Amino acid sequence: MAAPAPILRMSGIGKQFPGVKALDGVDFRLLPGEVHALMGENGAGKSTLIKVLTGVYDIDAGEIELEGRRVAFSSPLAAQQAGISTVYQEVNLCANLSVAENIFIGREPRRFGRIQWQTMRRRATEILSRLDLDLDVSAPLTSYSLAIQQMVAIARAVDIDAKVLILDEPTSSLDADEVAQLFRVMRRLKEQGIAILFVSHFLDQIYEISDRMTILRNGTLVGEYLTSELSQVDLVGKMIGRELADLEKLEARPPAREAAPLVEADHLGRSGAIEPFTLTIHEGEVVGLAGLLGSGRTEVARLLFGADHAGTGSLKIGGEQVNLRTPRSAVSRKLAFCSENRRAEGLIPDLTVRENIILALQAARGWSRPIPRRKQDELVDKYIAALNIRPANPDQLIRNLSGGNQQKVLLARWLILEPRLLILDEPTRGIDVGAKAEIQRLVAELSDGGMAVLFISAELEEVLRLSHKVGVLRDRRLVAELDNDEGLTTDTLTETIASGARS
Amino acid sequence: MTGITGLLDRRRTVPQKYIPVLVTAGLFVAMFVAGGIRYENFATGQIILNVFIDNAFLLVVAVGMTFVILTGGIDLSVGSVVALATMLSASLLKDGWPAFAVMALVLVIGAVLGLAMGAIIHYFEIQPFIVTLAGMFLARGLCYTISTESIPIDNPTFTDIAQTRINFGGDLSVTPSALIAVAVVLIAAYVLHYTRLGRNVYATGGSEQSALLMGLPVARTKIAVYTISGFCSALGGLLFAFYSLSGYGLSAVGMELDAIAAVVIGGTLLTGGSGFLLGTVLGVLVLGLIQTIISFEGTLSSWWTKIFIGLLLFVFILLQRVFSGGSRRRAP
Repeated sequence: MAAPAPILRMSGIGKQFPGVKALDGVDFRLLPGEVHALMGENGAGKSTLIKVLTGVYDIDAGEIELEGRRVAFSSPLAAQQAGISTVYQEVNLCANLSVAENIFIGREPRRFGRIQWQTMRRRATEILSRLDLDLDVSAPLTSYSLAIQQMVAIARAVDIDAKVLILDEPTSSLDADEVAQLFRVMRRLKEQGIAILFVSHFLDQIYEISDRMTILRNGTLVGEYLTSELSQVDLVGKMIGRELADLEKLEARPPAREAAPLVEADHLGRSGAIEPFTLTIHEGEVVGLAGLLGSGRTEVARLLFGADHAGTGSLKIGGEQVNLRTPRSAVSRKLAFCSENRRAEGLIPDLTVRENIILALQAARGWSRPIPRRKQDELVDKYIAALNIRPANPDQLIRNLSGGNQQKVLLARWLILEPRLLILDEPTRGIDVGAKAEIQRLVAELSDGGMAVLFISAELEEVLRLSHKVGVLRDRRLVAELDNDEGLTTDTLTETIASGARS
Repeated sequence: MTGITGLLDRRRTVPQKYIPVLVTAGLFVAMFVAGGIRYENFATGQIILNVFIDNAFLLVVAVGMTFVILTGGIDLSVGSVVALATMLSASLLKDGWPAFAVMALVLVIGAVLGLAMGAIIHYFEIQPFIVTLAGMFLARGLCYTISTESIPIDNPTFTDIAQTRINFGGDLSVTPSALIAVAVVLIAAYVLHYTRLGRNVYATGGSEQSALLMGLPVARTKIAVYTISGFCSALGGLLFAFYSLSGYGLSAVGMELDAIAAVVIGGTLLTGGSGFLLGTVLGVLVLGLIQTIISFEGTLSSWWTKIFIGLLLFVFILLQRVFSGGSRRRAP
């Protein structure tokens, strides 16, 4: 196949943030009618490259050519008008508006300046039906799931006369069927000659859909490859710049030692959230929680942490009967909770790395006893190094960090308290292979050091790899508690989640 | 079981977004009926028209405020701009300026003040609260540079407008000011619902970041709403001048809070993105009706108005909390 002329060519792109070189001399090209995967760890510069391309940021060096003409977009609107549409990782639509409006806003069909609502609704229905979606287009977007919202975002992007469609991690919140549906849509768009730039952390998806990939590492270009010619192992090696062996090392978990029970929940429950469950977590033990989204995983964690009040049952921590009324009392008993929703509930984007890390320790000490600056620096430097937070600059604002590094900062915040039980709710969601491996290794090390960990993840392999014991949740009930022995595989876990009990 | 499905069905027929407006409408009707039962000569059409007449300026100001609050902002300067408009009109008329030139100038000044505040809010990324607070002091201070005394208006055009009554037949009549206010409401409702500017207002209020990434002109929209609010305040000031036939630097103190109260009681979320102009109209009517009822009661001091407004605000803010909390829980 003779390669057609690239529709988009970026050459020598450089972008500097205060204290960080986000992109350095990156070349990138996009051919019409291809799905091109942009690969790299968190912080490698993928998001920055996309934002530079779509005019969210200015470039400091290099040039962008679209259809052979040199362009520089001053805003996402300018990029859109030139035919570059983007669907971001978080759904960037207005949830308060209707589905139809979200597709058409800014380009509403009008007559004499008056918006033609009927035409708009009809056309919205048509566009969505082309994506096999049957929605009530006058309903507000909030009434639909995140997956549907994502599809609406794509419908919007496609309806704009797009030559280049950028999908920045569109699949991170979709289930398998929805991903298949999305891929159908992508293949159809590809046939129409649209160039698709696709970012995803799921390697299987990359190999299923993409034709070509460009790999970035630490803001520099590693290379461009045909997907069919690069094996997954080589890909990961190129992304993280070292061999996969590091990842595999974890596989052999030492068996749980006989240790004193740290947290004993006895028929703890809360009506409407989770049915009474009994769960014991020993010191140095990693307990995994598996189950579908909405099966009550997070609710268990919130009860143990005192974020919700238990309606029934009792809780013992270190053998002592406690009644956790607030997270504060949980923190004072050396419990820590790393929330699933790191953006909304955890990090404060406008504070620096140091301030975010120190926050919980300072809160635990009380505000009348400030931590001396020297102590702060010492602690922060230690954890930045221990968790390999990049950039290793304590004065960097959190919002300038990539997702994986933000997650590490959040972890550091709780680790600094030296908790006895660390609750991790989806700590590896939306972060790349390298950071994931680092966090997994960290969990293993912590538990070897005697810390108990409650590990919640949607990825069964991850749960299996790390846990000594797995609690399976289904329909807001703890249906099984399985020892992670030879007999436990992802298949048996899946079966338990599906059927409700192991035979 | 049937109860639950019944509830779901009802929710489907009345979209959740209309519920706050319907609650306010129900409240207004209930107050009107209660007043009609309790007092003689209360349940007449003229009572409602009087509410419009006495609150025409507040209605216009509240319309501007609705635009601002829908984008998630706030405009504290409106009361002072109203006072400035009355002072400017009165002093310019005293100097012999023609009435219509005065009106045009006052409206332009109001709009320019709003435009300036909007530009500062957007381009310097300063909290609307602070910028409009500064605008509030500025406009109030400008009033006193014109005069610290009350200036009477005796211009024939102004007095004509003040004294004209438009009869609807029967005993029903309104002032031109009330008609102007209604016209403003209708135009504003059209703009909000049927023009791009209006939809951009809702989008910006829903999520400014998303609106920006969807390629909407967020800057223009934000500056436009403060300009509209400034214009509406100036127009409200003119209506207030027709109503009081004087200009005084201490008039309309605290009116920004009445306007915000009316918007909130009308069901518009202070966080932006959700609400209707009809709700604001109902909010103003409810406030006006409270005053009417208290004047009918006769023995109650006018401070009771504030007490009722205070209680109502509490109830409506709690209501908003319940609704927005409910929708957040539904989101995945």
